[in-house]
Amino acid sequence: MITDHLSVLIIAVGLLGAFFTPIIGLIRKEMCSLWASFIILLQFLISIFLLYQVIIAGNISYWLGGWEPPWGIEYAVDLLNAFVLVIVAGICFSVSIYGRKSLGFEVPDKELPLYTLYILLTTGMLGIVVTGDIFNLYVFLEIGSLAAYALIAMGGRHSLTASFNYMIMGTVSASFILLGIGYLYVMTGTLNMADISALLPSLYGRPVILVAIALLVVGLSIKTALFPLHTWLPDAYTHAPSAVSAVLSGTFTKVGIYALIRVMFTVISPSYVIETVPVMSILSWVAAIGILAGSLLAIAQYDIKRMLAYSSVSQIGYIFLGIGMANKLAMTGGILHILSHSLMKVGLFMVAGAIIYRTGIRNIYQLKGMGKKMPYTMAAFVIGALSMIGIPPTIGFASKFYLAWGALGAGEWVFVVVILLSSLLTAVYFWRIFENAFFGVHEDIKKDEAPISMLLPILAFAVITVLLGLLASLPIGIIEQWVTGVLP
Amino acid sequence: METVTSFGPGLAVLVSLIGAAMILIFGRYPNIRESISIIAGIIKFGIVASMIPAVMDGKIIELKLWEVLPNLPIMFRVDAFGLLFGLIASFLWIFTTFYSIGYMRTLKEHAQTRFFFCFAMALSSAIGIAFSANLFTLFIFYEILTVSTYPLVIHIETRDAMSAGRKYLLYLLTAGIFLLFSIIAVYHYTGTTDFAPGGILAGKGIPVNMLYLLFITFMIGSAKAAFMPLHSWLPSAMIAPTPVSALLHAVAVVKVGVFTATRIILYIFGIDLMKETGLALAMAYFVAFTIIVASLFALTHDNLKKRLAYSTISQLSYVILGVVMLTPAGITGGMLHILNHAFMKITLFFCAGAIIVASGKEKISEMNGIARQMPLTMIAFTLGAIGMAGTPPMAGFISKWYMLIGSVEIEQIPLLFVLLVSTLLNVAYFAPIIINAFFKEPDKELSYKEAPLFMLIPLILTGIISLVLGIWPDEPLAIVRIAVQSLTGGT
Repeated sequence: MITDHLSVLIIAVGLLGAFFTPIIGLIRKEMCSLWASFIILLQFLISIFLLYQVIIAGNISYWLGGWEPPWGIEYAVDLLNAFVLVIVAGICFSVSIYGRKSLGFEVPDKELPLYTLYILLTTGMLGIVVTGDIFNLYVFLEIGSLAAYALIAMGGRHSLTASFNYMIMGTVSASFILLGIGYLYVMTGTLNMADISALLPSLYGRPVILVAIALLVVGLSIKTALFPLHTWLPDAYTHAPSAVSAVLSGTFTKVGIYALIRVMFTVISPSYVIETVPVMSILSWVAAIGILAGSLLAIAQYDIKRMLAYSSVSQIGYIFLGIGMANKLAMTGGILHILSHSLMKVGLFMVAGAIIYRTGIRNIYQLKGMGKKMPYTMAAFVIGALSMIGIPPTIGFASKFYLAWGALGAGEWVFVVVILLSSLLTAVYFWRIFENAFFGVHEDIKKDEAPISMLLPILAFAVITVLLGLLASLPIGIIEQWVTGVLP
Repeated sequence: METVTSFGPGLAVLVSLIGAAMILIFGRYPNIRESISIIAGIIKFGIVASMIPAVMDGKIIELKLWEVLPNLPIMFRVDAFGLLFGLIASFLWIFTTFYSIGYMRTLKEHAQTRFFFCFAMALSSAIGIAFSANLFTLFIFYEILTVSTYPLVIHIETRDAMSAGRKYLLYLLTAGIFLLFSIIAVYHYTGTTDFAPGGILAGKGIPVNMLYLLFITFMIGSAKAAFMPLHSWLPSAMIAPTPVSALLHAVAVVKVGVFTATRIILYIFGIDLMKETGLALAMAYFVAFTIIVASLFALTHDNLKKRLAYSTISQLSYVILGVVMLTPAGITGGMLHILNHAFMKITLFFCAGAIIVASGKEKISEMNGIARQMPLTMIAFTLGAIGMAGTPPMAGFISKWYMLIGSVEIEQIPLLFVLLVSTLLNVAYFAPIIINAFFKEPDKELSYKEAPLFMLIPLILTGIISLVLGIWPDEPLAIVRIAVQSLTGGT
């Protein structure tokens, strides 16, 4: 049955698709973006089906080439992978629709490399999520990263430096990760995650394992732009083409966080990283500082994309905080925030891209009258921003509720204050845009909406933000089930 | 008590949401747009009113929608107290709609579609709050209310308005955060956020210090009630168009604040716990301070709307004062005052708006002799002002009377004095307005006339109703009694 092979198909489809993109582009350049959307749609459908399968039939384990793990490579899908797969594929698909116009405007005449890289980026990220082999994870991480460096570099003049900067940081991070994996391999003699996790307990206490953990944590923190290792992110997101910023903010950092959760909580056992070596508690404090610092830095920005980038730094802090507290509620909140933040931030970046597409304006103080010029786009912006602030009934509220509850339940008063206070700071930097875009202009401004192929994904994200906010029990149910299985 | 399930409360919220959507759709046709507002208002009031018989029979109407978060559903429950507030808000919306049409069209205000849209959203949230069965539902509407009233506050979009708007948000969003914290804490300790007449916090083994903390965060969370020192957003918000000040800052928003505070005091903490911990008495003196000081502040303001705003701050604290007396008489007085104050204060604001529209005057010192030009408006104003002071036969007297009894019942004579002194202060800040208007000679020949009928009729009607409520208070009293009975078990 073909359904048995879905977990490898999701990768195979992407790799083949990327391979054929230039060939299709040689025949007709305009076909590239359609082809990319089609390939990623296939991946999206597969990911939904995988999630469905995991929910009704339990975890999936696929052996590549029929080689039994730990000798062969295993693709292991449980609730967490499947959940992240759907998010990543869904976002990549929507942005590919959006990007047809947006990328065509910001990166003209480069369809061939652009869409090849875009599919590779998507596939790399999906690969990180789907694999059960830690070295395979590294390989996909590199595929995704290389595609990301190149995509960012396509954004114009400043983007080259931004991309180079990111590449240096990214390479340092990759080296750390590779070293960490190498140490684990040296100690256990295996690269299969389940196998490592079975062999590790007898080795705890060896300094090598500690070093491996440290390397992995630092490496993945750079990839996910955890404050203060975020320095590559603002430049990269600001200068990348808008569609690329959207995709990276919504998925790439999230995939890094996924990898961290995977390594810390299933490869290494939770009790070790929580109690024996307080990695998680250190992470949560760093995250708390990051939340505030990110928000404050965002307030200081006037370029809309740069502001959104710093806002990402802050929001990633939320996710880390939830994971770092490592109790069931906070962890649920943290993982839910992966979903919420992806939805909100991708939507917001797409709006920023639409504004740039229509007017070229990036400075938020020049947005006067934008509410009349692009009413639907800006309405979507309001919804996304309110969700960032955590106003119910949006998905952002649901994750913030769980994070605050988890912090309160653990008696972490400082974190409660940080989580709630940051909502206010978030309100400050978004409200400047509201004030400028909606108020203070009385004369009639001609409506000049974004083209429909950009508007539809934007509106879809806004609607989903609210709908999922009203039905937050659904994702929470999935996440809680996974968390309960992992945390003691 | 018997519980019945009905779609009533859900529909009541939904009507104005649909109305809001239609207002946006028909934004380009002012007449259709305003008809939608009026029709939605009437239907809404009809739905709310249709629930009166069941509630008067001692039934409770419930509607459980879906669970937004696990175990935290959106749920409505109409009890006597909620019904009372729902009735006030939906009834006065109809009046305010007429009044707004007159106000906005006479002044040729911009962005009227946005105005009516936000108004409808705000009303939906107010009704949602009135009928919320748990803190979680209440919070959702509480936040929507904050966001949807913001464009109304800054309607004129001047620099002053924008900074007033920022202040408004700063206070109310901060309040929202405190409320959210309190709700999460309640849920964490008790596993529920449902309102229950005896309270839900008692007997859950919550440390006393935590209870104190919770009470404080809850009260900061109800900053919409404008207790001092969290009041200063309200006078700033007076920069909004007068219909907004009238309905939102005399009825919907601030009443949502006191309504929430009352729900928390009586239905989350519960009478017994409030007594045991001594929180009730502390709160009583805390709000007594607000009553007096806000009245003193009112004296110092020459801008009529600002003076009314401080009067509102003072009067809102009456409600809380009555409630924290925790005796049947006190609670009756407090709940009844929500109703009475609503009618009296909306009359006063309507009058202030009518004066602005007809003469452009906002300062009391400039209002010499205006009763000659606008006799009906000023008569209505006088009715409202007398009621504020608590003089019979106006509605304000009834509620104040119950509170006086309450203060004697709990043997807190200082509170009795507070109520009496406040009456004097009310006279002190309202009398000059009335004297100026009726008896002083105008500085120069006045040429304006009464405001348009769209504005005049609502304000006369609300003025008359606040008189009628003073003479025949039986109907509202009956509703309040049911609420009080379920709380105290006695009469």
